[in-house]
Amino acid sequence: MRPARSPLARRGTIASLALLVIFLAAWQWGPSLLGIPHFIVPPLSMVAEEFVRMWHVSSLPFHTGITAAEVLVGFALGSLMGAVIGYLLGISPTAEFALSPYILALQIAPKVAFAPLFILWMGFTVYPKILVAILIVFFPVMINVLTAIRAVDPDLINLARSFKATRAQIFWKIEFPASMPPFFAGLRIGSTLAVVGVVVGELVGGNAGLGFLLAFGEGQANTPMVFVAILLLTLVGGVAYLAVILIERRVLHYMPARPLESL
Amino acid sequence: MIRLEYRNVTMRFSSGGGTITAIRNVSLSVADGEVVAVIGPSGCGKSTLLNIGAGLLAPAEGEALVDGERVEGPNSHVAFMLQKDLLLPWRSIVENVMLGVEIKGFARTECRRRAYELLDTFRLKEFADHYPHQLSGGMRQRAALARTLAVDPSVLLLDEPFSAVDAQTRIMLQQDLARTLKQAGKTALLITHDLLEAVILSDRVLVMSARPGQIVDEIEVDMADRDDPLKRRRDGKVSGFIARLMDGLHIGEATADLAREAV
Repeated sequence: MRPARSPLARRGTIASLALLVIFLAAWQWGPSLLGIPHFIVPPLSMVAEEFVRMWHVSSLPFHTGITAAEVLVGFALGSLMGAVIGYLLGISPTAEFALSPYILALQIAPKVAFAPLFILWMGFTVYPKILVAILIVFFPVMINVLTAIRAVDPDLINLARSFKATRAQIFWKIEFPASMPPFFAGLRIGSTLAVVGVVVGELVGGNAGLGFLLAFGEGQANTPMVFVAILLLTLVGGVAYLAVILIERRVLHYMPARPLESL
Repeated sequence: MIRLEYRNVTMRFSSGGGTITAIRNVSLSVADGEVVAVIGPSGCGKSTLLNIGAGLLAPAEGEALVDGERVEGPNSHVAFMLQKDLLLPWRSIVENVMLGVEIKGFARTECRRRAYELLDTFRLKEFADHYPHQLSGGMRQRAALARTLAVDPSVLLLDEPFSAVDAQTRIMLQQDLARTLKQAGKTALLITHDLLEAVILSDRVLVMSARPGQIVDEIEVDMADRDDPLKRRRDGKVSGFIARLMDGLHIGEATADLAREAV
Protein backbone atom coordinates (compact mmCIF):
# COMPACT_ATOMS: atom_id res chain seq x y z
CA MET A 1 0.00 0.00 0.00
CA ARG A 2 1.65 3.14 -1.21
CA PRO A 3 0.33 6.53 -0.17
CA ALA A 4 -0.56 8.90 -2.97
CA ARG A 5 2.42 11.02 -3.85
CA SER A 6 2.21 14.37 -2.18
CA PRO A 7 2.73 17.62 -4.08
CA LEU A 8 5.93 18.03 -2.11
CA ALA A 9 7.25 14.69 -3.36
CA ARG A 10 6.29 15.52 -6.95
CA ARG A 11 7.95 18.93 -6.84
CA GLY A 12 11.00 17.33 -5.22
CA THR A 13 11.28 14.70 -7.95
CA ILE A 14 11.00 17.29 -10.71
CA ALA A 15 13.65 19.46 -9.06
CA SER A 16 15.91 16.43 -8.64
CA LEU A 17 15.65 15.47 -12.31
CA ALA A 18 16.23 19.06 -13.39
CA LEU A 19 19.39 19.16 -11.27
CA LEU A 20 20.61 15.95 -12.90
CA VAL A 21 20.14 17.40 -16.41
CA ILE A 22 21.91 20.61 -15.40
CA PHE A 23 24.75 18.65 -13.84
CA LEU A 24 25.25 16.41 -16.90
CA ALA A 25 25.12 19.40 -19.27
CA ALA A 26 27.65 21.30 -17.14
CA TRP A 27 29.89 18.23 -17.18
CA GLN A 28 29.68 17.91 -20.95
CA TRP A 29 30.20 21.53 -21.92
CA GLY A 30 31.50 23.20 -18.76
CA PRO A 31 35.18 22.12 -19.01
CA SER A 32 35.59 23.49 -22.58
CA LEU A 33 33.79 26.72 -21.72
CA LEU A 34 36.01 27.27 -18.69
CA GLY A 35 39.12 26.21 -20.59
CA ILE A 36 39.81 23.22 -18.35
CA PRO A 37 42.00 20.66 -20.20
CA HIS A 38 40.46 17.23 -20.85
CA PHE A 39 43.15 15.45 -18.87
CA ILE A 40 41.93 17.34 -15.78
CA VAL A 41 38.16 17.02 -16.26
CA PRO A 42 37.17 14.93 -19.27
CA PRO A 43 33.66 15.77 -20.56
CA LEU A 44 30.79 13.34 -20.15
CA SER A 45 31.03 12.00 -23.72
CA MET A 46 34.72 11.12 -23.29
CA VAL A 47 33.98 9.24 -20.09
CA ALA A 48 31.15 7.41 -21.85
CA GLU A 49 33.45 6.43 -24.71
CA GLU A 50 36.07 5.24 -22.26
CA PHE A 51 33.37 3.22 -20.49
CA VAL A 52 32.49 1.41 -23.73
CA ARG A 53 36.19 0.83 -24.52
CA MET A 54 36.89 -0.51 -21.05
CA TRP A 55 33.81 -2.74 -21.20
CA HIS A 56 35.17 -4.48 -24.30
CA VAL A 57 38.94 -4.18 -23.88
CA SER A 58 39.78 -3.83 -20.18
CA SER A 59 37.44 -6.52 -18.79
CA LEU A 60 35.36 -3.91 -16.97
CA PRO A 61 32.57 -6.39 -16.14
CA PHE A 62 35.13 -8.73 -14.57
CA HIS A 63 36.69 -6.02 -12.40
CA THR A 64 33.29 -4.68 -11.38
CA GLY A 65 32.19 -8.20 -10.51
CA ILE A 66 35.28 -8.78 -8.36
CA THR A 67 34.75 -5.56 -6.44
CA ALA A 68 31.03 -6.21 -6.02
CA ALA A 69 31.72 -9.72 -4.72
CA GLU A 70 34.32 -8.43 -2.24
CA VAL A 71 31.90 -5.75 -1.06
CA LEU A 72 29.10 -8.27 -0.68
CA VAL A 73 31.19 -10.82 1.25
CA GLY A 74 32.93 -8.18 3.38
CA PHE A 75 29.67 -6.44 4.17
CA ALA A 76 27.83 -9.67 4.98
CA LEU A 77 30.57 -11.05 7.24
CA GLY A 78 31.35 -7.68 8.83
CA SER A 79 27.74 -6.96 9.72
CA LEU A 80 27.14 -10.52 10.90
CA MET A 81 30.15 -10.32 13.22
CA GLY A 82 29.23 -6.81 14.32
CA ALA A 83 25.70 -7.93 15.16
CA VAL A 84 26.79 -11.07 17.02
CA ILE A 85 29.42 -9.26 19.10
CA GLY A 86 27.04 -6.34 19.65
CA TYR A 87 24.36 -8.66 21.01
CA LEU A 88 26.83 -10.59 23.17
CA LEU A 89 28.23 -7.41 24.71
CA GLY A 90 24.70 -6.05 25.03
CA ILE A 91 23.52 -9.00 27.08
CA SER A 92 26.67 -9.21 29.18
CA PRO A 93 27.62 -5.91 30.84
CA THR A 94 30.68 -7.63 32.34
CA ALA A 95 32.01 -8.51 28.91
CA GLU A 96 31.35 -4.99 27.71
CA PHE A 97 33.16 -3.51 30.69
CA ALA A 98 36.17 -5.78 30.18
CA LEU A 99 36.39 -5.34 26.43
CA SER A 100 35.39 -1.72 25.95
CA PRO A 101 38.91 -0.19 26.11
CA TYR A 102 40.12 -2.56 23.39
CA ILE A 103 37.05 -2.03 21.29
CA LEU A 104 37.49 1.70 21.63
CA ALA A 105 41.17 1.48 20.64
CA LEU A 106 40.33 -0.62 17.61
CA GLN A 107 37.53 1.75 16.71
CA ILE A 108 39.82 4.78 16.86
CA ALA A 109 42.52 3.09 14.77
CA PRO A 110 41.99 3.98 11.10
CA LYS A 111 40.83 0.67 9.69
CA VAL A 112 42.07 1.35 6.17
CA ALA A 113 45.63 1.60 7.54
CA PHE A 114 45.48 -2.15 8.07
CA ALA A 115 45.27 -2.75 4.32
CA PRO A 116 49.05 -2.96 3.65
CA LEU A 117 49.41 -5.29 6.62
CA PHE A 118 46.71 -7.63 5.37
CA ILE A 119 48.30 -7.66 1.92
CA LEU A 120 51.64 -8.58 3.50
CA TRP A 121 49.88 -11.45 5.23
CA MET A 122 47.67 -12.72 2.45
CA GLY A 123 49.22 -11.52 -0.79
CA PHE A 124 47.50 -10.06 -3.83
CA THR A 125 44.31 -12.05 -3.33
CA VAL A 126 40.72 -11.00 -2.64
CA TYR A 127 41.08 -11.83 1.06
CA PRO A 128 42.87 -8.70 2.31
CA LYS A 129 40.20 -6.53 0.62
CA ILE A 130 37.42 -8.52 2.22
CA LEU A 131 39.18 -8.30 5.57
CA VAL A 132 39.45 -4.50 5.42
CA ALA A 133 35.76 -4.33 4.51
CA ILE A 134 34.85 -6.62 7.43
CA LEU A 135 36.85 -4.49 9.84
CA ILE A 136 35.35 -1.23 8.66
CA VAL A 137 31.74 -2.51 8.54
CA PHE A 138 32.02 -4.22 11.92
CA PHE A 139 32.06 -1.12 14.12
CA PRO A 140 29.02 0.89 13.11
CA VAL A 141 26.91 -2.28 13.19
CA MET A 142 28.27 -3.45 16.53
CA ILE A 143 27.94 -0.04 18.19
CA ASN A 144 24.38 0.42 16.93
CA VAL A 145 23.31 -3.02 18.13
CA LEU A 146 25.01 -2.58 21.49
CA THR A 147 23.46 0.83 22.05
CA ALA A 148 20.06 -0.49 21.00
CA ILE A 149 20.21 -3.33 23.53
CA ARG A 150 21.26 -0.88 26.23
CA ALA A 151 18.43 1.47 25.32
CA VAL A 152 15.61 -1.07 25.65
CA ASP A 153 13.07 0.30 28.14
CA PRO A 154 13.74 -1.50 31.47
CA ASP A 155 9.98 -1.54 32.05
CA LEU A 156 9.60 -3.71 28.95
CA ILE A 157 12.13 -6.14 30.40
CA ASN A 158 10.29 -6.06 33.71
CA LEU A 159 7.03 -6.73 31.91
CA ALA A 160 8.52 -9.83 30.32
CA ARG A 161 10.05 -10.82 33.66
CA SER A 162 6.68 -10.49 35.37
CA PHE A 163 5.42 -13.12 32.91
CA LYS A 164 8.31 -15.29 34.11
CA ALA A 165 10.22 -14.99 30.85
CA THR A 166 13.56 -16.77 30.64
CA ARG A 167 16.70 -14.85 29.63
CA ALA A 168 16.42 -16.33 26.14
CA GLN A 169 12.76 -15.29 25.86
CA ILE A 170 13.60 -11.75 26.96
CA PHE A 171 16.24 -11.61 24.25
CA TRP A 172 14.20 -13.07 21.40
CA LYS A 173 10.85 -11.48 22.22
CA ILE A 174 11.97 -8.06 23.45
CA GLU A 175 15.61 -7.10 22.97
CA PHE A 176 16.24 -8.57 19.52
CA PRO A 177 13.19 -7.08 17.79
CA ALA A 178 13.69 -3.78 19.65
CA SER A 179 17.20 -3.55 18.23
CA MET A 180 16.09 -3.87 14.60
CA PRO A 181 15.73 -0.16 13.69
CA PRO A 182 19.22 0.82 14.96
CA PHE A 183 20.63 -2.41 13.49
CA PHE A 184 19.41 -1.35 10.05
CA ALA A 185 20.75 2.16 10.57
CA GLY A 186 24.13 0.50 11.20
CA LEU A 187 23.74 -1.64 8.09
CA ARG A 188 23.06 1.44 5.98
CA ILE A 189 26.29 3.04 7.16
CA GLY A 190 28.12 -0.27 6.77
CA SER A 191 26.96 -0.78 3.20
CA THR A 192 28.68 2.41 2.06
CA LEU A 193 31.76 1.85 4.21
CA ALA A 194 32.24 -1.65 2.77
CA VAL A 195 33.00 -0.07 -0.60
CA VAL A 196 35.58 2.21 0.99
CA GLY A 197 37.31 -0.76 2.64
CA VAL A 198 37.42 -2.80 -0.55
CA VAL A 199 38.71 0.08 -2.71
CA VAL A 200 41.51 0.89 -0.29
CA GLY A 201 42.51 -2.76 -0.30
CA GLU A 202 42.52 -2.86 -4.08
CA LEU A 203 44.45 0.41 -4.34
CA VAL A 204 47.17 -0.85 -2.06
CA GLY A 205 47.85 -4.03 -3.95
CA GLY A 206 46.36 -6.41 -6.45
CA ASN A 207 45.56 -6.82 -10.08
CA ALA A 208 41.80 -7.01 -10.08
CA GLY A 209 38.85 -4.87 -9.12
CA LEU A 210 37.75 -1.30 -9.70
CA GLY A 211 40.33 -0.03 -7.22
CA PHE A 212 43.00 -1.64 -9.35
CA LEU A 213 41.58 0.06 -12.50
CA LEU A 214 41.58 3.33 -10.56
CA ALA A 215 45.29 3.01 -9.76
CA PHE A 216 46.03 1.75 -13.27
CA GLY A 217 44.23 4.71 -14.88
CA GLU A 218 46.09 7.11 -12.62
CA GLY A 219 49.42 5.55 -13.59
CA GLN A 220 48.61 6.03 -17.25
CA ALA A 221 47.27 9.55 -16.67
CA ASN A 222 44.03 8.20 -18.16
CA THR A 223 41.58 10.55 -16.43
CA PRO A 224 38.45 9.18 -18.15
CA MET A 225 39.35 5.72 -16.82
CA VAL A 226 39.58 7.09 -13.28
CA PHE A 227 36.16 8.69 -13.73
CA VAL A 228 34.67 5.43 -15.01
CA ALA A 229 36.06 3.55 -12.00
CA ILE A 230 34.69 6.14 -9.57
CA LEU A 231 31.26 6.01 -11.21
CA LEU A 232 31.10 2.24 -11.04
CA LEU A 233 32.26 2.20 -7.43
CA THR A 234 29.45 4.60 -6.63
CA LEU A 235 27.08 2.28 -8.45
CA VAL A 236 28.26 -0.75 -6.44
CA GLY A 237 27.84 1.20 -3.19
CA GLY A 238 24.45 2.46 -4.32
CA VAL A 239 23.18 -1.04 -5.10
CA ALA A 240 24.38 -2.26 -1.69
CA TYR A 241 22.65 0.66 0.05
CA LEU A 242 19.45 0.12 -1.89
CA ALA A 243 19.45 -3.59 -1.04
CA VAL A 244 19.70 -2.73 2.66
CA ILE A 245 16.81 -0.31 2.36
CA LEU A 246 14.61 -2.84 0.56
CA ILE A 247 15.26 -5.45 3.25
CA GLU A 248 14.74 -2.83 5.95
CA ARG A 249 11.33 -1.91 4.56
CA ARG A 250 10.25 -5.53 4.70
CA VAL A 251 11.57 -6.15 8.22
CA LEU A 252 10.43 -2.85 9.71
CA HIS A 253 7.04 -2.85 7.98
CA TYR A 254 5.37 -2.10 11.33
CA MET A 255 6.99 1.30 11.61
CA PRO A 256 4.82 4.34 10.96
CA ALA A 257 5.27 5.51 7.38
CA ARG A 258 7.62 8.41 7.01
CA PRO A 259 6.06 11.58 5.62
CA LEU A 260 8.39 11.63 2.62
CA GLU A 261 9.39 8.43 0.94
CA SER A 262 12.98 9.32 1.61
CA LEU A 263 15.89 6.93 1.26
CA MET B 1 -9.33 -15.08 52.14
CA ILE B 2 -6.35 -12.79 51.79
CA ARG B 3 -4.89 -12.64 48.28
CA LEU B 4 -2.12 -10.11 48.68
CA GLU B 5 -0.31 -9.22 51.84
CA TYR B 6 2.67 -7.08 52.81
CA ARG B 7 4.22 -7.78 56.20
CA ASN B 8 6.46 -5.08 57.67
CA VAL B 9 8.04 -4.34 54.33
CA THR B 10 10.96 -1.91 54.31
CA MET B 11 12.92 -1.02 51.21
CA ARG B 12 16.16 0.90 50.94
CA PHE B 13 18.08 2.03 47.88
CA SER B 14 21.67 3.09 47.87
CA SER B 15 22.24 6.39 46.16
CA GLY B 16 25.65 7.96 45.85
CA GLY B 17 27.16 6.63 49.07
CA GLY B 18 24.08 7.10 51.25
CA THR B 19 20.97 5.01 51.47
CA ILE B 20 17.43 6.18 50.94
CA THR B 21 14.59 4.45 52.71
CA ALA B 22 11.85 4.35 50.12
CA ILE B 23 9.21 2.66 52.25
CA ARG B 24 9.28 1.81 55.92
CA ASN B 25 7.44 -0.91 57.75
CA VAL B 26 4.47 -1.16 55.42
CA SER B 27 1.86 -3.77 56.24
CA LEU B 28 -1.31 -4.18 54.30
CA SER B 29 -3.56 -6.91 53.05
CA VAL B 30 -6.01 -7.16 50.21
CA ALA B 31 -8.82 -9.70 50.41
CA ASP B 32 -10.07 -11.82 47.53
CA GLY B 33 -11.98 -9.71 45.04
CA GLU B 34 -11.13 -6.50 46.82
CA VAL B 35 -9.77 -3.40 45.13
CA VAL B 36 -7.48 -1.30 47.29
CA ALA B 37 -6.14 2.05 46.17
CA VAL B 38 -2.90 3.55 47.44
CA ILE B 39 -2.42 7.28 47.22
CA GLY B 40 0.45 9.42 48.35
CA PRO B 41 2.71 12.27 47.34
CA SER B 42 5.05 11.64 44.43
CA GLY B 43 8.24 9.84 45.40
CA CYS B 44 6.66 8.16 48.42
CA GLY B 45 7.57 4.69 47.20
CA LYS B 46 4.23 3.64 45.77
CA SER B 47 5.86 2.05 42.74
CA THR B 48 8.43 0.33 44.93
CA LEU B 49 5.57 -1.29 46.79
CA LEU B 50 4.18 -2.55 43.52
CA ASN B 51 7.50 -3.88 42.26
CA ILE B 52 7.94 -5.83 45.47
CA GLY B 53 4.50 -7.36 45.06
CA ALA B 54 5.31 -8.31 41.47
CA GLY B 55 8.52 -9.99 42.63
CA LEU B 56 10.71 -7.64 40.58
CA LEU B 57 12.36 -6.24 43.71
CA ALA B 58 13.24 -8.06 46.91
CA PRO B 59 12.43 -6.06 50.06
CA ALA B 60 15.22 -5.22 52.50
CA GLU B 61 13.05 -6.32 55.40
CA GLY B 62 9.70 -8.00 55.70
CA GLU B 63 7.92 -9.98 53.03
CA ALA B 64 5.16 -9.92 50.49
CA LEU B 65 2.76 -12.81 50.15
CA VAL B 66 0.42 -13.75 47.36
CA ASP B 67 -2.19 -16.41 48.12
CA GLY B 68 -0.27 -17.10 51.32
CA GLU B 69 2.95 -17.85 49.46
CA ARG B 70 6.01 -15.71 49.96
CA VAL B 71 6.90 -13.75 46.82
CA GLU B 72 10.41 -14.79 45.85
CA GLY B 73 10.35 -13.59 42.25
CA PRO B 74 7.95 -13.01 39.40
CA ASN B 75 5.06 -15.43 39.75
CA SER B 76 2.06 -16.34 37.72
CA HIS B 77 -0.51 -15.16 40.27
CA VAL B 78 0.41 -11.52 39.75
CA ALA B 79 0.36 -9.26 36.70
CA PHE B 80 1.08 -5.58 36.55
CA MET B 81 0.15 -2.67 34.39
CA LEU B 82 1.85 0.70 34.22
CA GLN B 83 1.14 4.21 33.08
CA LYS B 84 3.07 3.35 29.92
CA ASP B 85 1.17 0.85 27.80
CA LEU B 86 4.42 -1.04 27.01
CA LEU B 87 2.96 -2.42 23.79
CA LEU B 88 5.63 -3.79 21.49
CA PRO B 89 5.62 -1.74 18.28
CA TRP B 90 6.58 -4.73 16.13
CA ARG B 91 3.65 -6.84 17.27
CA SER B 92 0.08 -6.38 16.15
CA ILE B 93 -2.48 -5.73 18.89
CA VAL B 94 -3.56 -9.37 19.11
CA GLU B 95 0.08 -10.49 19.26
CA ASN B 96 0.72 -7.97 22.01
CA VAL B 97 -2.19 -9.28 24.03
CA MET B 98 -0.78 -12.79 23.54
CA LEU B 99 2.68 -11.86 24.86
CA GLY B 100 2.20 -13.08 28.42
CA VAL B 101 0.48 -16.36 27.57
CA GLU B 102 3.00 -16.97 24.81
CA ILE B 103 5.89 -16.55 27.25
CA LYS B 104 4.16 -18.90 29.65
CA GLY B 105 4.21 -21.49 26.91
CA PHE B 106 0.51 -21.90 26.09
CA ALA B 107 -0.36 -23.47 22.75
CA ARG B 108 -0.63 -20.89 20.01
CA THR B 109 -4.29 -21.56 19.27
CA GLU B 110 -5.11 -21.17 22.97
CA CYS B 111 -3.16 -17.89 23.09
CA ARG B 112 -5.11 -16.56 20.12
CA ARG B 113 -8.44 -17.71 21.50
CA ARG B 114 -7.84 -15.90 24.80
CA ALA B 115 -6.53 -12.79 23.09
CA TYR B 116 -9.53 -12.48 20.77
CA GLU B 117 -11.92 -13.06 23.67
CA LEU B 118 -10.35 -10.18 25.60
CA LEU B 119 -10.15 -7.94 22.56
CA ASP B 120 -13.87 -8.52 22.16
CA THR B 121 -14.48 -7.52 25.78
CA PHE B 122 -12.50 -4.33 25.30
CA ARG B 123 -14.07 -3.44 21.93
CA LEU B 124 -10.78 -3.88 20.08
CA LYS B 125 -11.59 -6.89 17.92
CA GLU B 126 -11.55 -4.97 14.66
CA PHE B 127 -8.13 -3.55 15.56
CA ALA B 128 -6.59 -6.96 16.28
CA ASP B 129 -4.27 -6.78 13.30
CA HIS B 130 -3.38 -3.11 13.66
CA TYR B 131 -0.06 -2.01 15.08
CA PRO B 132 0.12 0.01 18.33
CA HIS B 133 1.06 3.28 16.62
CA GLN B 134 -2.21 3.14 14.69
CA LEU B 135 -4.30 3.21 17.89
CA SER B 136 -5.32 6.05 20.19
CA GLY B 137 -3.91 6.30 23.70
CA GLY B 138 -7.09 4.97 25.26
CA MET B 139 -7.24 1.99 22.92
CA ARG B 140 -3.61 1.20 23.60
CA GLN B 141 -4.23 1.26 27.32
CA ARG B 142 -7.20 -1.08 26.86
CA ALA B 143 -4.95 -3.41 24.89
CA ALA B 144 -2.43 -3.27 27.76
CA LEU B 145 -5.19 -4.17 30.19
CA ALA B 146 -6.22 -7.06 27.95
CA ARG B 147 -2.61 -8.29 27.91
CA THR B 148 -2.51 -8.11 31.71
CA LEU B 149 -5.73 -10.10 32.03
CA ALA B 150 -4.78 -12.67 29.37
CA VAL B 151 -2.49 -14.49 31.81
CA ASP B 152 -5.47 -14.78 34.19
CA PRO B 153 -3.70 -13.46 37.29
CA SER B 154 -5.44 -13.59 40.65
CA VAL B 155 -3.90 -10.24 41.65
CA LEU B 156 -3.52 -7.15 39.47
CA LEU B 157 -1.01 -4.48 40.38
CA LEU B 158 -1.90 -1.22 38.66
CA ASP B 159 0.58 1.64 38.75
CA GLU B 160 -1.17 4.86 37.74
CA PRO B 161 -2.58 3.06 34.73
CA PHE B 162 -4.60 5.98 33.36
CA SER B 163 -2.48 9.00 34.24
CA ALA B 164 -1.17 9.41 30.70
CA VAL B 165 -4.53 9.73 28.93
CA ASP B 166 -6.88 12.68 28.63
CA ALA B 167 -9.66 13.21 31.15
CA GLN B 168 -12.55 11.85 29.06
CA THR B 169 -10.66 8.78 27.94
CA ARG B 170 -9.72 8.20 31.55
CA ILE B 171 -13.37 8.11 32.60
CA MET B 172 -14.09 5.46 29.97
CA LEU B 173 -11.03 3.42 30.93
CA GLN B 174 -11.99 3.56 34.60
CA GLN B 175 -15.41 2.25 33.67
CA ASP B 176 -13.87 -0.62 31.66
CA LEU B 177 -11.46 -1.51 34.44
CA ALA B 178 -14.07 -1.38 37.22
CA ARG B 179 -16.50 -3.61 35.28
CA THR B 180 -13.83 -6.12 34.35
CA LEU B 181 -12.45 -6.36 37.88
CA LYS B 182 -15.92 -6.92 39.28
CA GLN B 183 -17.03 -9.41 36.65
CA ALA B 184 -13.87 -11.47 36.85
CA GLY B 185 -13.73 -11.11 40.64
CA LYS B 186 -10.10 -10.00 40.47
CA THR B 187 -8.13 -8.61 43.36
CA ALA B 188 -6.28 -5.39 42.66
CA LEU B 189 -3.87 -2.94 44.22
CA LEU B 190 -4.29 0.36 42.43
CA ILE B 191 -1.64 3.00 42.79
CA THR B 192 -2.77 6.45 41.80
CA HIS B 193 -2.25 10.12 42.55
CA ASP B 194 -5.82 10.94 41.55
CA LEU B 195 -7.91 11.14 44.73
CA LEU B 196 -11.18 10.91 42.85
CA GLU B 197 -9.99 7.85 40.95
CA ALA B 198 -8.96 6.21 44.22
CA VAL B 199 -12.41 6.76 45.72
CA ILE B 200 -14.58 5.73 42.77
CA LEU B 201 -12.60 2.61 41.84
CA SER B 202 -11.84 1.02 45.18
CA ASP B 203 -13.26 -0.59 48.29
CA ARG B 204 -10.58 0.89 50.49
CA VAL B 205 -8.02 3.67 50.17
CA LEU B 206 -4.64 3.65 51.87
CA VAL B 207 -2.82 6.93 52.34
CA MET B 208 0.96 6.93 52.26
CA SER B 209 3.18 9.59 53.75
CA ALA B 210 6.08 11.30 52.03
CA ARG B 211 9.38 9.39 51.97
CA PRO B 212 10.04 7.16 53.75
CA GLY B 213 6.60 5.95 52.74
CA GLN B 214 4.41 4.66 55.51
CA ILE B 215 0.71 4.01 55.60
CA VAL B 216 -0.77 6.82 57.66
CA ASP B 217 -4.48 6.45 57.04
CA GLU B 218 -6.99 3.94 55.81
CA ILE B 219 -10.44 4.78 54.55
CA GLU B 220 -13.25 2.33 53.82
CA VAL B 221 -15.20 3.48 50.81
CA ASP B 222 -18.59 2.27 51.94
CA MET B 223 -20.40 3.03 48.71
CA ALA B 224 -22.30 0.79 46.33
CA ASP B 225 -21.55 0.39 42.62
CA ARG B 226 -17.84 -0.33 42.64
CA ASP B 227 -18.37 -1.62 39.11
CA ASP B 228 -19.87 1.68 37.99
CA PRO B 229 -17.46 4.56 38.69
CA LEU B 230 -19.59 6.88 36.55
CA LYS B 231 -22.43 6.44 38.99
CA ARG B 232 -20.13 6.88 41.97
CA ARG B 233 -18.78 10.10 40.47
CA ARG B 234 -22.27 11.58 40.74
CA ASP B 235 -22.69 10.48 44.35
CA GLY B 236 -22.40 13.31 46.89
CA LYS B 237 -20.58 11.05 49.36
CA VAL B 238 -17.47 11.14 47.18
CA SER B 239 -16.54 14.66 48.24
CA GLY B 240 -16.50 13.62 51.89
CA PHE B 241 -13.99 10.86 51.15
CA ILE B 242 -11.85 13.18 49.11
CA ALA B 243 -11.81 15.72 51.92
CA ARG B 244 -10.63 13.03 54.32
CA LEU B 245 -7.92 11.95 51.93
CA MET B 246 -6.72 15.49 51.61
CA ASP B 247 -6.52 15.79 55.36
CA GLY B 248 -4.50 12.61 55.45
CA LEU B 249 -2.16 13.99 52.80
CA HIS B 250 -1.92 17.33 54.61
CA ILE B 251 -3.19 19.25 51.67
CA GLY B 252 -4.16 22.70 53.01
CA GLU B 253 -7.67 23.23 54.35
CA ALA B 254 -8.32 26.13 52.02
CA THR B 255 -7.54 23.96 49.00
CA ALA B 256 -9.80 21.25 50.37
CA ASP B 257 -12.74 23.64 50.52
CA LEU B 258 -12.19 24.63 46.94
CA ALA B 259 -12.09 21.02 45.79
CA ARG B 260 -15.21 20.22 47.81
CA GLU B 261 -17.09 22.89 45.93
CA ALA B 262 -15.66 21.72 42.63
CA VAL B 263 -16.71 18.08 43.02
